[in-house]
Amino acid sequence: MAHTTGVLSREAQNEMLKKERRANNAWHKLLRNKMALVGFIIVCLVFLMAILAPVIAPCDPAAISPLDKLKGPGYVSSKGITHWLGTDEFGRDLLSRLIYGAQISVVVAIGSTVVGGVIGILLGLIAGYKGGLVDSIIMRIMDGMFAFPFLLLAMIMVTVLGSGIQNVIIAIGVANVPSFARMVRGQVHVVKNEEYCNAARALGEGDARILFRHILPNTISPIVVYATMNMASAILSEASLSFLGLGITPPTASWGNILTSGKGYLQTAPHLATEAGLCILITVIGFNLLGDGIRDVLDPKMKK
Amino acid sequence: MVKTILRRLLQMIPVLFVVVTLTFILTRMIPGNPATAVLGPQATTEDIAKMEEKMGLNKSKIEQYGMYWNDILHGDFGTSYAYGTPVLDLLGQRIPNTLVLSLTSLVLALLIGIPIGVYSAVHQNTAFDYIFMFLALLGISVPIFWFALMMVLVFAVNLGWFPAMGIGDWSNGFWGYVQYMVLPVICLTLHPMATFARISRSSTLETINTDYIKAMRSKGLSEPKLLWKHAFKNALPPIITVVGMQLAYCVTGAMLTETIFSWPGMGMLIVKAVTNRDYSLIQGTVVIVALVFIVVNLLVDLAYMLVNPKVSYEGGGKN
Repeated sequence: MAHTTGVLSREAQNEMLKKERRANNAWHKLLRNKMALVGFIIVCLVFLMAILAPVIAPCDPAAISPLDKLKGPGYVSSKGITHWLGTDEFGRDLLSRLIYGAQISVVVAIGSTVVGGVIGILLGLIAGYKGGLVDSIIMRIMDGMFAFPFLLLAMIMVTVLGSGIQNVIIAIGVANVPSFARMVRGQVHVVKNEEYCNAARALGEGDARILFRHILPNTISPIVVYATMNMASAILSEASLSFLGLGITPPTASWGNILTSGKGYLQTAPHLATEAGLCILITVIGFNLLGDGIRDVLDPKMKK
Repeated sequence: MVKTILRRLLQMIPVLFVVVTLTFILTRMIPGNPATAVLGPQATTEDIAKMEEKMGLNKSKIEQYGMYWNDILHGDFGTSYAYGTPVLDLLGQRIPNTLVLSLTSLVLALLIGIPIGVYSAVHQNTAFDYIFMFLALLGISVPIFWFALMMVLVFAVNLGWFPAMGIGDWSNGFWGYVQYMVLPVICLTLHPMATFARISRSSTLETINTDYIKAMRSKGLSEPKLLWKHAFKNALPPIITVVGMQLAYCVTGAMLTETIFSWPGMGMLIVKAVTNRDYSLIQGTVVIVALVFIVVNLLVDLAYMLVNPKVSYEGGGKN
């Protein structure tokens, strides 16, 4: 016997500790949450679709074929190509365009969240930590930006910058800045007077070190949750901008502009709008489920 | 209370200053010459120069900014180039149409969303809870313009139950007006309703599991009284915060919904102003919309304070 009665062996103790750690590990908790797992799988599939678009797309998304325009799902063209999700108003393969459209959605979701997140987090950290006049100036500017309806601010920004993916990312990102700044500032207020921050200050650490070494890591949980949810709304915003003719312009395929072109063919080719809309809906559901799951794991008090 | 309201009103001044300044900067950054936009591409150089002088565009940016403030403080938001009408008159015509849609949607969302959320919380992990929370997830995830198109396809094009676009006339009777509202209102209600259901559920769940509710239940208080008089009252503050945010969403939603259903409201006006590069109209609508937002937020904060006496804005405000 490796151990005496009533006392666990070192191996058994290690094994128990490992199990306990695994059970408490945020990643494992997330994977145990069924809805979050579904969200995670959807998000992974969309990311894979975006990355592997050139490999998995059955046709060239820009190849026009006037003879095959507005055909329904399962249509086989004269060249013997099966268009599983049909074709658009220029006879382009819709499945390929939707696969390439995922690239736009993913890039906009990540890009705008990074732009809005980096600027918003920095402003929120400074406002919350410095307080006083600096806080007042930053937060009044944020309040002013917040007073613009989100889509309106993004629309004006795109009008100023011009259409194109970079400008859409900047527009949606900048429109996101006040939400990030407000959220982070609130968190900094909670954290900055904790004992470990006071200790760091007493040890003579500089403001920048305290902010980035002690405060930021302790505000990261709500930031991660918010950023995940924000990706869902960024996808919707890009689609909304494209729908209003201010986002990604054709011939580049985006779910938003496919949906917009489908608007003109609702009676004759409803598959155009339906399929593009379903892509957006499923992806946004994925991000929302994942966001809900991460929130439940990182902040059990917020569990819904 | 009066002191708080006054302090909050004073806080609105710098925010309004930021809004007006930001609007001025952004509209001046829009590419193209506003004078050419008014006169069209056929205009001669002399005509453009005259129009620039009339619009004050030949002055320095600082002078233009000063003139802009002067006009706003005198209640002059300029004239829309596209419509040839003063901006305030245009807004006066369009705002009531948007309010009819937005307020109807918001009231419906509250009346349906909150009971669903509370019921789901009380019956947590039942089939009802799963089904309605899944529907709520769909509600917050669905692209509103796509949902609107699908509604048009099914209920206007295929079934012919409701008109696909336009606004009704009261002279054709109640139904003559309301039939045009049905589809846009359903679209605008969806997102706020789903949000209210989700937040009511989580907020109610938090309160019904507290010790004081358990204590009241053990004392024999009836379930409906316990739920609506005690638990729900304490679950209200987060819901009120979300109501304010959803009012903001109504403007964004109106921009998309009104454009699809050709409902002549402020949302459609804003979209047309931006796409037509109608500078005065963009400036005017943005400032008015922002002002409404700021006032709504103030009202929401006051309502929050009324239902939650623990919250006080004295000495530093809400962090």
